[in-house]
Amino acid sequence: MATEENKNGAATGGFVYLPLIAGWLVPGAGHFLLRKWGRGALLAASILGMFALGLGMQGKLYSNAHDMLDILGLAGDLGNGLLFVVSRLLGLGAEQVQVTVGDYGTRFIVVAGLLNVIAAVDAHNIRTGRKQ
Amino acid sequence: MTHFAAVVLFALFASTVFGITMRDTPRRMLRYGIYCFLLFVGSAIALSWIMFLIAR
Repeated sequence: MATEENKNGAATGGFVYLPLIAGWLVPGAGHFLLRKWGRGALLAASILGMFALGLGMQGKLYSNAHDMLDILGLAGDLGNGLLFVVSRLLGLGAEQVQVTVGDYGTRFIVVAGLLNVIAAVDAHNIRTGRKQ
Repeated sequence: MTHFAAVVLFALFASTVFGITMRDTPRRMLRYGIYCFLLFVGSAIALSWIMFLIAR
């Protein structure tokens, strides 16, 4: 199918949820698909930076859900898409570290996931023409 | 990394995403991003001073 442009100048055509899914799996990818290069680069840098800082501060990646707080943490972490999967496969963020900065790192990772979900939804809104 | 540096970096990244996703034009994105950043950092400093004074 030929790629077209919507009224906002964003590339359209094909599966309407593709920017949403791509943006969730890889930070910024949804905007890149829509040719919003600057926005995509800034979003990717912010989310990747926050995730990397979280791991650097010895933050924990949630892997199971024993109680409500763990479920919420896991939901936030899953917002990171492939970053979460790859980091789990590499064994990053698996150790429980009892330092204050480690706790900050865990929050950084969760918030990076939540910000990534916001960015993916933004890409979807651009794709549907709801936003410029 | 100091705690204040962590706060500033958190505010910078979160404000960038908020600015881009919550506004339509680049100018308004920048203004909203700066507004969010100042609120993040300002409220962190204000709450820190409140906790410091309460603890004394």
